[in-house]
Amino acid sequence: MSDYEFQEQDYSKKIDMKIWKKIFKYLIRYKKLVAILIFFMINLALADAIFPQMTQRAIDDFIVPGQLEGLEKFILQFCLLIVWQSLNIFIFISTAGKIEMNLTYDIREEAFDKLQKLSFSYYDRTPTGWIMARMTSDTRRLGEIISWGIVDIVWGFSLMIIIAGFMLAYNLKLALLTLSVVPVLAILSIYFQKKILEAYRVVRKINSKITGSFSEGISGAITTKVLVGEEKHLNEFKEITTDMKRSSIRAVIFSALFLPIVLTLSSVAIALVVWSGGNSVIQGVITYGTLVLFISYATQYFEPIREVARVIAEFQQAQAAAERVISLIDEEMDIYDTQEVQEKYGTILEPKKSNWEELNGDIDFKNVSFRYKNGEEVLKSFNLSVKQGQSIALVGETGSGKSTIVNLICRFYEPTEGLIEIDGVDYRSRSIAWLHENIGYVLQAPHLFSGTIEDNIRYGKLDATQEEIMEAAKLVNAHEFIMKFPETYQTQVGEGGGKLSTGEKQLISFARAIISDPRIFVLDEATSSIDTQTERMIQDAIEKVLQGRTSFVIAHRLSTIVNSDRILVIEKGEVVEEGTHEELMGIKGHYHNLYTNQYRENAFKAL
Amino acid sequence: MKKLSKLWHFMKNNRGKYILSIIFMGISVAFSLMVPVIIQMVVDSFIGELPSEYLFIQRIIQMPGGREYVRNNLWIGGLAIIIITAIYGLFLFLSNRLSAEASEDIAKNIRDKVYDHIQQMPFDYHKNSDTGDLLQRATSDVETVRRFLSIQLMEVGRAVFMVIIALYFMLQISWKMTVAAMILTPIIFFFGYIFFLKVQKAFKISDEAEAELSTVIQENLHGTRVVRAFAREKFEIEKFKEKNKSYAEKTYRLIKYLAYYWSISDFISLASIGLVLVSGVYFTYIGEITLGAIIVFIQYEYRLLWPIRQLGRILSDLGKAIVSSDRIQEILDGEIESDQENETTPEIKGEIVFDDVSFAYPDNFERKVLDHVSFSVRKGETVAVIGRTGSGKSSLIHLLGRLYDVDDGRIIIDGVDIKNIQKKWLRKHIGIVLQEPFLFSKTIKDNINFSSQQSENAVFEAAKIASVHDVIKEFDKGYDTLVGEKGVTLSGGQKQRLAIARTLVNDYPILAFDDSLSAVDTETDIAIRKALSERKKDITTFIISHRVASVYDADNILVVEDGKIIERGNHAELMALGGYYKRIWDIQMA
Repeated sequence: MSDYEFQEQDYSKKIDMKIWKKIFKYLIRYKKLVAILIFFMINLALADAIFPQMTQRAIDDFIVPGQLEGLEKFILQFCLLIVWQSLNIFIFISTAGKIEMNLTYDIREEAFDKLQKLSFSYYDRTPTGWIMARMTSDTRRLGEIISWGIVDIVWGFSLMIIIAGFMLAYNLKLALLTLSVVPVLAILSIYFQKKILEAYRVVRKINSKITGSFSEGISGAITTKVLVGEEKHLNEFKEITTDMKRSSIRAVIFSALFLPIVLTLSSVAIALVVWSGGNSVIQGVITYGTLVLFISYATQYFEPIREVARVIAEFQQAQAAAERVISLIDEEMDIYDTQEVQEKYGTILEPKKSNWEELNGDIDFKNVSFRYKNGEEVLKSFNLSVKQGQSIALVGETGSGKSTIVNLICRFYEPTEGLIEIDGVDYRSRSIAWLHENIGYVLQAPHLFSGTIEDNIRYGKLDATQEEIMEAAKLVNAHEFIMKFPETYQTQVGEGGGKLSTGEKQLISFARAIISDPRIFVLDEATSSIDTQTERMIQDAIEKVLQGRTSFVIAHRLSTIVNSDRILVIEKGEVVEEGTHEELMGIKGHYHNLYTNQYRENAFKAL
Repeated sequence: MKKLSKLWHFMKNNRGKYILSIIFMGISVAFSLMVPVIIQMVVDSFIGELPSEYLFIQRIIQMPGGREYVRNNLWIGGLAIIIITAIYGLFLFLSNRLSAEASEDIAKNIRDKVYDHIQQMPFDYHKNSDTGDLLQRATSDVETVRRFLSIQLMEVGRAVFMVIIALYFMLQISWKMTVAAMILTPIIFFFGYIFFLKVQKAFKISDEAEAELSTVIQENLHGTRVVRAFAREKFEIEKFKEKNKSYAEKTYRLIKYLAYYWSISDFISLASIGLVLVSGVYFTYIGEITLGAIIVFIQYEYRLLWPIRQLGRILSDLGKAIVSSDRIQEILDGEIESDQENETTPEIKGEIVFDDVSFAYPDNFERKVLDHVSFSVRKGETVAVIGRTGSGKSSLIHLLGRLYDVDDGRIIIDGVDIKNIQKKWLRKHIGIVLQEPFLFSKTIKDNINFSSQQSENAVFEAAKIASVHDVIKEFDKGYDTLVGEKGVTLSGGQKQRLAIARTLVNDYPILAFDDSLSAVDTETDIAIRKALSERKKDITTFIISHRVASVYDADNILVVEDGKIIERGNHAELMALGGYYKRIWDIQMA
């Protein structure tokens, strides 16, 4: 909901050409299509202006003289005109549609590419909902307004010019009389279109409030019930819906006022034509047909003005969307491979794997300091040396810095000072892809992608065979439960893995991490409670997975790290205790405290 | 038509406004169709010399000065056009305004009703409901109905009036010309109707492709860490490209269908105008109609074609409005908690008896979570229930607050079976702190004061007992800090403590903590209970926990296993018993 409001701000700004230039840059790729579109829009306007002339001719050539000669030719011409116009319509709609789709596609793709490259600090400060709105509604809106905006503007202006030209050619005085109301029409249209859009914007804003209230009302229903807050909530909700009713009616009133006012104004033009044109007919200066033609033109003139006014107002409103999308695409990257690194090892999209060194797994933190973008310092001159194959457990409270250490190892962030060496080399002199291909990673809250179980395990090694997948699943004790599903490995896991239990998701994420035989293994252990049996299976899986690899485990359940080579107790970015489980229990310090507390909490499981 | 009855039902209270709005619409349409008639008059009778078919015009012409006068003063015709257009505009405005008032009022009533109903639905409904689906019904389905009532219904009305009134004027002039003008309109209408029915599938396909695309983006964003850690950026980009392309292609196909529709529909419409023109030429040639009449026909034709096209489209959309109103009605048909005749509002002091109570949750009715449980609590006593997860502890509280009713046995408060007490009345006297409390997106102060209007001091007091006062003070805006998406993110323990404060701010005779102290650490847990027992003496308290530290000082401790009380007594008694309780104690307090 808040994201929507984010989106709804800044709307009365002036049109900023810098932003639109960047957006129109995408259009250049389709200049051929745009040229076709413009050509047919002008054709369309021309035909629109010619139809009233056919009426004029019918009156002057046949009706007034009372003869039918040349009627066949007239009919034929009319038919050709209809075919021409239908063709114009077909081509302009499909061309504009094509441009719209291409633009949306391109902008989305560029933004998505960018999202794959942006570092974690971007994600830390940007809510997912915000990015989603940019990727979906904003991009769609831009594609729409640009392509259909061209349609309306080209059509509107050319129709106005063409009709004005025809009128001037037929009769100067009548033309000037008809056009005299145009400036007023234009000003009124621009004013009202802007007001109307603004009024509807208010409505949309309240609407998102209503959605928010419903969402909260539904999620919090049980709490409301227990606190007997139904009436209070309903009254609050009614305030919003009353507000909604009032604003919606206001918005309708604006648009309901606009049409009558403008219609009356154009009727003034028609009246002038009838009066002055009628006299000219009486005097024989113009024909009946011309009089009717001018009446039609006076009626017709208002529509292009309205369309152009609407598009201008919409461009003004869409500017905020354009700004936000551009800000995403232009966002600077914090973590990237240098030019030299890219040349040697390739990019993430085109890695040159042949140049990659083997990764052994020695890791050294040398005077590493790290500070988040918001200024919070987490590590200060941190040193740590890990030998290939060692298993390291990190213990500490939330915010102690243990997650940061792991994030730095994964190069999700880079040290603000100092350096991290892998196999004795600063890891920034190797490519990110090289590191990531060698890391196995299991998250606290396991994230699966929609698709089958097999797809999800294969994510760890894209060219894995069925046998490899099964082997990985067996290794982490996942095979058994997978086989219990009717569709075994082809079972759909649902969005975010929603159809599986937390324990099952965790086991699959182990299989995914292990299948590529990574040299470094990072495990952010789950905090959520799972039943004892699954816990035992996971415990067993962890032990197998860690064997022979350099590993880092962020432990929440201390029972899982009893066998680690080294346990580091982290507090405020520093290692306060270090040793094996037995050593640390012997000291009777922090670790001892944490361990015994947890043991107590789990009393029921022990029973 | 029966299917429309629900929509008709929603319109209750606003039908008068609708009828008036439709009448005004009719008047505005009639006036709008008079403009061409004026032009006809000017052309035929003022400029030309034909006697008018309309009697009142003949009279005008016969007035002093006669035809010569109007001929020299053509501005009269012009003025008539302006006045008639202004009247047309006025009624159009009034009609739109009235229909907006009516439809917005209906939308408001539906929203309020749905919201109210959702809140009144029983606990069990919410436990098992699909939040997303419910939300969609409450928002987009209501919007579909609103759009239908405010826009589409009026469009239909306009089209119908337009056709009827235009037909009337045209038939006055010439039935032969009328046939020529109307012969193609049914084709335009049915073409639109059938086209939009058929194309609904393409709309759906495009929507689905968009949903798939959104899912890919969403999953990518949620799984950024996984994507990066496995270096799967390229894989993700390709997956995205495929969906992006599929969406673009499917939507383009839809646009192309629309291009076919509009070009064909325009073709028929323009042909229809051509037909009017050519037959007009013929009929004037044979003297059937006048020049002015042709002008009327052509102008009418232009005005008629658009509403007729829209009509086909709207009728094809009607199905959606009906489906939406059904989906809304489904919510409103759901059973809600309501006061029964036998239910009263007795005084509640806090003496509680569970008499042979058995209970199973409806979604798992074979498993008895309480199996013939009996115990009693005197006013002011603290009773604690301890047992492992899933032992049925929480159901005791659900039954006490009548979130569910017992299957067997009775729960008696101060001598009254709670089945005979109004649910809301009962809940107003029992402060229940849920296991997973929900905080509303309001300020901290308003959250604590959610079910009461206590003074600021009372709020502070409650927060102090709940050990959360100091935490709140540390926030920049203190008690005015917003909770939720737009405000601070609170830890589980902080949320729990706020929820406790929210309950404690009221003077409930009975308090019930549903394992709600488990998210706070042991020290805070003890501090909260100590403050409670000091400041709120006469309160009957239920504590449900899996932690002995939370229960040992209770007056009565019940150990629950598989729906049965396996041990009961105070701490000393249970320790002496040397059973289950003692074993837990030994492990947890070692």
